[in-house]
Amino acid sequence: MSNIGSYDERVKNFSWSIAEKELGYKAGDVINIGWYCTDRICQMGQADKVALYWEGFTGAEKTYTYNDIRLATNTIAAFLRGLGIKPEERVCLFMDRIPELYLGFLGILKTGAIAQPLFSAFGDESLLVRLSNAETSAVITQKKHAPKVRKILDKMPHLRHIIVVDHDGVAPLKDREVAFSLEKAVPVEHFDVHPTLAESPSVLHYTSGTTGMPKGVQHVHYSLISQYLTAKWALDLRDDDIYWCTADPGWVTGTSYGIIAPFALGVTQCVLDAGFSAEAWYKWIEKRRVTMWYSAPTAIRSLMKAGDEIIKKFDLSSLRHLSSVGEPLNSEAVVWSQKVFGKPFYDTYWQTETGSIVIGNYPGMEVRPGSMGKPFPGITGTVLDPVKNEPYATHGKIGLVGLKFDWPSRMRTYWNNEEAFKKKFRNDWYITGDRSKLDADGYFWFAGRDDDIINTAGHLVSPFEVESALLEHPSVAESAVVSKPDPINLEVVKAFVALKPGFTASKDLDLEIMNFIRKKLSPLAMPQEIEFVPSLPKTRSGKIMRRLLHAKEWGEEIGDTSTLEND
Amino acid sequence: MAEELKDVVLKYVTKEYLEDDSEPLTYDTPLISGGIVDSFSMVSLKRFLENKYAIAIPDDEATPEAFDSVNKIVSLVERFVAKKG
Repeated sequence: MSNIGSYDERVKNFSWSIAEKELGYKAGDVINIGWYCTDRICQMGQADKVALYWEGFTGAEKTYTYNDIRLATNTIAAFLRGLGIKPEERVCLFMDRIPELYLGFLGILKTGAIAQPLFSAFGDESLLVRLSNAETSAVITQKKHAPKVRKILDKMPHLRHIIVVDHDGVAPLKDREVAFSLEKAVPVEHFDVHPTLAESPSVLHYTSGTTGMPKGVQHVHYSLISQYLTAKWALDLRDDDIYWCTADPGWVTGTSYGIIAPFALGVTQCVLDAGFSAEAWYKWIEKRRVTMWYSAPTAIRSLMKAGDEIIKKFDLSSLRHLSSVGEPLNSEAVVWSQKVFGKPFYDTYWQTETGSIVIGNYPGMEVRPGSMGKPFPGITGTVLDPVKNEPYATHGKIGLVGLKFDWPSRMRTYWNNEEAFKKKFRNDWYITGDRSKLDADGYFWFAGRDDDIINTAGHLVSPFEVESALLEHPSVAESAVVSKPDPINLEVVKAFVALKPGFTASKDLDLEIMNFIRKKLSPLAMPQEIEFVPSLPKTRSGKIMRRLLHAKEWGEEIGDTSTLEND
Repeated sequence: MAEELKDVVLKYVTKEYLEDDSEPLTYDTPLISGGIVDSFSMVSLKRFLENKYAIAIPDDEATPEAFDSVNKIVSLVERFVAKKG
């Protein structure tokens, strides 16, 4: 019997108070995610239970019990408080998937400060934009990533501390840098956890926008309620599970379901800090006897590409339940998973702004391969007519995914950008930016994005941000960035570039521009293809018509070109 | 050719994918499984090799395993250079 039991019964009898009661929370109480994920589990008699198995790419291993993570997060929190970090200040985590990332996240929350995780592959420009917008006070990082922070330090007067967690004393620390070693620090037994309340800010994740720079999605400590219950019901996490969430905590899946939910449930989770290879992943599942596996379509398609033979080398019989998130999970992947693992991947749908799963396929419900599933109990979702901004009267029509914005982990605003936040609503429906249709039984079927945002391997990339960075390359006169289809990553970035006089298109220039964007923004934002063009299609008012280029890449109808310049 | 090729690839990976203060690479340092080069960055590394040695590496040969160290990359490139004749 799954945790959710009957989906229909849960929908009928739902209240978020189910999670509140299980967590021992009442309205008005102190609620601090850092405490719930560590001290509370210890107080429930689980102090000696393994919280985290970690393995690095060199094969180094570490194991932490719940008491270990309680002490470690206390120690980090005390160090931050000692540096003068105050509640609601932003503290960035800019690290690979090392234990300090997971423990630092909870340590920050214990102080009442806001955790701002950033993907460690971000280049200096991506980092600058996000740290400046948040006016971040401190960055916790590794010595390998510190040079990227140093490069932009002069532009960040608000940044007081760069905390290096693996300083070896070989190279001297530089301006504003301070060393902190979790292994060498004296463990702090008692830490006075900041008494955050339901609406106290907790986490700031940055997400890409269609226009303008990335937006900081602000969450609060009360998000725990949704994250806890969705992990229990949608991911079916159980007390005796060995859970593996493959997402990096630089992104929201890696924090909501890679830190908060599993630890709040007192589950044992494992983390493999290594790049992707089918062999390494299967070996990890076998070694750790993983029972619940939460991954992403891109990874699943990469595993499919590696073939079925390799699977026979490993004992994967421990797997009990599989889920996926990040982009639409194609039906072929669901069918393949059933064939090779004996169980399907259950697709889940949510985004940085929702903070937790809002639509999904649940163990208590029939899985329809290729479908996003149904709204989580307690969440009202629909498909809106994009003209009337009202739910369609009949099913089967493609429209905008709209949600009643009333669940605990919804974002509270975009950081310093209330105007952008307000634009996310139409007729009181929160618009996710995705298009979908509903079938007769209430299942959602993904139909694409409603904007120019590129979803590559489950990560959103803003064409505007890439175009802005391209213009900083000395050879680029103008550019337009669109998605192009990709069999593994769903979409990848493609750039159309018109060169300045004096520059000639060549393979070397193509590679130089690719690397320029990779280092400046991130590998995800790097165009995987650059097409040099004499000029870009524009409207008569001079606006670049990305739509035409997008249609060309996807083999779609070009549509109305009446406003095209030189038509 | 192998020694020269190894040297070229090692220098390129060091210049393009490593931060200033990183540990020096060896010919066997795991690049993909070690998180130095991710699957997206692999595209630019593949492009470099194709440009430099005038070869075309099909996508199904450009696997994370084949790109996982300088030595493995060199074997791959040598195979395609030999095919070219």
